[in-house]
Amino acid sequence: MSQKKSRGGAAGAGDDAEDLSRSPLQAVLLADSFTLKFRPITLERPKVLLPLVNVPMIDYTLSWLETAGVEEVFVFCCAHAQQVKEHLEDAGWTGQPAAREMAVTAVESHDAISAGDALRVMYGRGVIHGDFILISGDTVSNMSLKDALQEHKDRRKKDPLAVMTMIIKHSKPSILTHQTRLGNDEIVMAIAPETKELLYYEDRADGSHLCVTIDKDILASNPTLQLHNNMEDCYIDICSPEVLSLFTDNFDYQHLRRHFVKGLLVDDIMGYKIYTHEICSSYAARIDNFRSYDAVSKDIIQRWTYPMVPDVLSFGNCHEVKLHRQGIYKASDVTLSHSAQIGANSVIGNATSIGEHCKISNSVIGAGCCIGKNVIIHGSYIWDNVIIEDGCKVSNSLVGDDVHLRAGAIVEPGCILSFKIKVGKNVVVPAYSKVSLLEKPSNEDSDEELEYADTNSGVTDSPPFSSMRSNAGRPAVPSKDDDLGASETGTSGVLGYIWASSDTGTQEDWRQSIAPIPKEKLQEMQHAVSVDDDNGSEEDLNNRQYEQDHDGDSEISVVEDDDYTKFEKEVEETFQRALDGIHEDNLILEINALRLSYSLQHADCAGAVFYSVMRSASVAAQSTNDNLLKTTADALAKWKDLLRNYTKTVDEEMEILLKFEEMCQETTKEFCSLFSKILPYLYDKDVVSEDAILRWAEEKENADEADKVFVKQSDAFIQWLKEAEEEDDDEEE
Amino acid sequence: MPDVQPLVSEFVLKLKRRKVEGSHAVARQTAELLRSVVSQHRMGSTNQAAALADAIRSVGEQLISANPIELAVGNIVRRVLHIIKEEDISSTAVGIEGLSVTVDSDDEYDSGNDDHPTLSAAVLASHARNALRAPSLQTLLDDIPVSTALSRSASSTGDSDGKTGDKSLKTRKLKHDVIAAIGDLIEEIDTCYDQISEQAVELIHQNEVILTLGRSRTVKEFLYAAKEKKRSFRVFVAEGSPRYQGHVLAKELVEKGVQTTVITDSAIFAMISRVNMVIVGAHAIMANGGVIAPVGMNMVALAAQKHAVPFVVVAGSHKLCPLYPHNPEVLLNELKSPSDLLDFGEFSNCMNFSTQDGTPLLNVVNPTFDYVPPKLVSLFVTDTGGHSPSYMYRLISEYYSADDLVVQRKSTS
Repeated sequence: MSQKKSRGGAAGAGDDAEDLSRSPLQAVLLADSFTLKFRPITLERPKVLLPLVNVPMIDYTLSWLETAGVEEVFVFCCAHAQQVKEHLEDAGWTGQPAAREMAVTAVESHDAISAGDALRVMYGRGVIHGDFILISGDTVSNMSLKDALQEHKDRRKKDPLAVMTMIIKHSKPSILTHQTRLGNDEIVMAIAPETKELLYYEDRADGSHLCVTIDKDILASNPTLQLHNNMEDCYIDICSPEVLSLFTDNFDYQHLRRHFVKGLLVDDIMGYKIYTHEICSSYAARIDNFRSYDAVSKDIIQRWTYPMVPDVLSFGNCHEVKLHRQGIYKASDVTLSHSAQIGANSVIGNATSIGEHCKISNSVIGAGCCIGKNVIIHGSYIWDNVIIEDGCKVSNSLVGDDVHLRAGAIVEPGCILSFKIKVGKNVVVPAYSKVSLLEKPSNEDSDEELEYADTNSGVTDSPPFSSMRSNAGRPAVPSKDDDLGASETGTSGVLGYIWASSDTGTQEDWRQSIAPIPKEKLQEMQHAVSVDDDNGSEEDLNNRQYEQDHDGDSEISVVEDDDYTKFEKEVEETFQRALDGIHEDNLILEINALRLSYSLQHADCAGAVFYSVMRSASVAAQSTNDNLLKTTADALAKWKDLLRNYTKTVDEEMEILLKFEEMCQETTKEFCSLFSKILPYLYDKDVVSEDAILRWAEEKENADEADKVFVKQSDAFIQWLKEAEEEDDDEEE
Repeated sequence: MPDVQPLVSEFVLKLKRRKVEGSHAVARQTAELLRSVVSQHRMGSTNQAAALADAIRSVGEQLISANPIELAVGNIVRRVLHIIKEEDISSTAVGIEGLSVTVDSDDEYDSGNDDHPTLSAAVLASHARNALRAPSLQTLLDDIPVSTALSRSASSTGDSDGKTGDKSLKTRKLKHDVIAAIGDLIEEIDTCYDQISEQAVELIHQNEVILTLGRSRTVKEFLYAAKEKKRSFRVFVAEGSPRYQGHVLAKELVEKGVQTTVITDSAIFAMISRVNMVIVGAHAIMANGGVIAPVGMNMVALAAQKHAVPFVVVAGSHKLCPLYPHNPEVLLNELKSPSDLLDFGEFSNCMNFSTQDGTPLLNVVNPTFDYVPPKLVSLFVTDTGGHSPSYMYRLISEYYSADDLVVQRKSTS
């Protein structure tokens, strides 16, 4: 095995003589998310350049790729391509190839509106020659690719159809919100436990219905499969070159997961397979929305991403950051007033000054910020060069570059203040508002990010200024003719457009915002869960891994009464329909299906079917006892085959007798007097054998008097049976 | 030196990404890198030693900032600077010896203040050698400004005096000597295990019980050496959570036929009363005799002190650091990923910030190192023999020059 050598090892990456044919490990990095989740910020700056704990996201991804031993990266730029390229140049990723082990090439395209388009462009370039890593530029990870790559390559040797390996990670979704901690909907995956093949993938499982539909072919062709809803998709894929051509062949593939993965899983003509690789101790997460921005930032601060942490990861243009106690990271040149309180898990960037009596907790503050006195900042992300004047209060919000908050301004939870916003004195920015200098585009396509930066910087030269007055926390009507002076002198106002809060309509703001979910909402959901929590099935789906044993007859011995009565009712309904003329075979099939779905035993079926037959008889015979006996006999004669189908063993026949007894005692008392007359009839029609009757009588001997009623009633018949048996025995001798 | 820059930045990246870890590997690779820096260095016509030292400093600065936790990097950089200085002095001294024998024999320290140019160089050389042999705190503190001033004047005078042909010969000789000395240093790093292990038999006696924590290569070799000399002894290995390197050490010891018992870290105090000696490795030895060691070591040292068990630290001389541990928590420790302790998946719902009030309720701290104060250490065993903690500063002054403590490129005037 010549491939045994570690690809991840950076040391010997160049001098690999034993495997001359190997191509360098390549990666395709999508520097565009093709979504609108980060608007309005992404109107002015591409998502991959947004600072995550004061370092642009793409730097995390690139340095991870470099650590993982990737030798060549193609950065696919689409929106704001110029900005991305400039950043790559500035941060030293492109340019001096000698200093780096990893070559970074920017690929620019303005036509791509989806990941699918991007990969088609990559295919057109013809630069990918071997297996490659497909990753988005907003992924933070510290995993080692060595094992996953080796697995992928070994599988490829055995089976050339294994085109992709998906990296997944264990993570529990919240029972209440049905979201992962990264704010994504929970993903349901079916994985073959031994081969780790991915069989089913659903990332838009409907949380309200809590049901997934799995094709029965999947169940048929796999003896065992595991259904997971506790896995997180890391959006790191190891792909074979075929993946690119697949995208080209299927020009309607747009989304990596929704179209491509599901497409491959459904398509059984080509037979391409996708496998998974679970990572245990290492970290990987993609920033998909503001909730994950918050979660990943906190993970970085808590060092789950080590060595991708602020004090270790330092790039050329970043200043040295030191870790102090309680997870406080401070850059070297911070001016901190003595009375300012910096709480745990905070990051303070270079050349930032913080005034007296400020309280800062769980927040990230960028470089060059100026924070006045008595400012309270909690759980927020303040980017670079922000000015916050005295007495402001910012909680659980994101404040972009060059924002100016005047004295006494309050930013309520979940706000997004984009670049260069100015908030006037004592203004309250209402919760979950998104404020930008740019107007919200009126006609937008639902799923793609089409903002092209025509100017070099990507920031529009003369943004349409407008001032919105907001009084007492309520966004007011915009008045277009205001200029800068107005907000400076005016008592209140926000300079910029407040975007209508719910832009996607169905998605509620609080689900994917930076702010934690409000307590009322949680209580609401708690309430909702407790109301429809009658049947435990949904709890099961949340907490357990189902292992479905397909070919073994797993027998569940304990049957809840509850289930049984339901089952009985359904059988009766089915039977009623049969009376209307359904063929007997179909009836048997239906009952069997019911039995499986309630996971009951054969004997239960016998009881239920018998019950239905007798019910039909009793309903048919409205009036006299005589009549009832006759209809019963008719019914039994008609359905004897059906009953025989279920009375194959003595146990099942016993069940029928017991059922009969129970009916006479409890539900349909009219049979009570007829017991001894019907019993011989059952015997005649071979529904019940003599063994069963005798055993039944034997069992009842020790029972209470009340229980013996029917045994006594049919004493004569039993006696006769016994004698007949003895005679048989005699004959045999 | 454009040719070495790729090498340097490659090593810097490796350090930054924590791809090279462990004092020995780091020390060795640093020394090798500096050797190639020296060999690639183009010698100027004037002031060669200072220029060379400057080149080393600028490289060293980058390396140290790349991973300030690996103190061995700084140690090696300082060692190389010291080597350059020494070689420079000796070559100057040799050059001058022919000119004025009388001056050289004149070992009078006070005459260094004499204004005579030829004299000053010689005096400096002898003085430096003096300082080497018997340094005291006083000379160390007093000499910083003097020696730098002298070295400048020394090299300038040497250049003005020397003829051109002689000079090129001398420069080549200086470079050659420095490279050879760095070669010796690398060899010293490589052979430190053997040097230390030689002393094992004197320290480990028959039927003794030894306790160690985690896994250190130096300790392993030390114990191997004692075993090879037919000593029979037992070893308690504390597993060294969270990395559990103790398990690896236990395996290795058993393969060599050493009686080994693995215990949890928390059982150390219970077991220490049965132990005759604690032998541990170190990450770095500080100038005051304190030790930076894997986490949990302070606990072992305190337990050993409580039961009056000797606490022996074995470490190669490349781990000798001329700095003082002023603020160990901030300066000299590193917090690693919590995933060593907890499984992220299992605890992911404890870190769901959307349902908590935004404040992380679960915090995990995973420090790498402990600081053991000098009073808890009974003995240091280095490749030069056994030393008490209070002797460390003297040992350090043998290896480092006092003005190199802060490795920073001097502003060239």
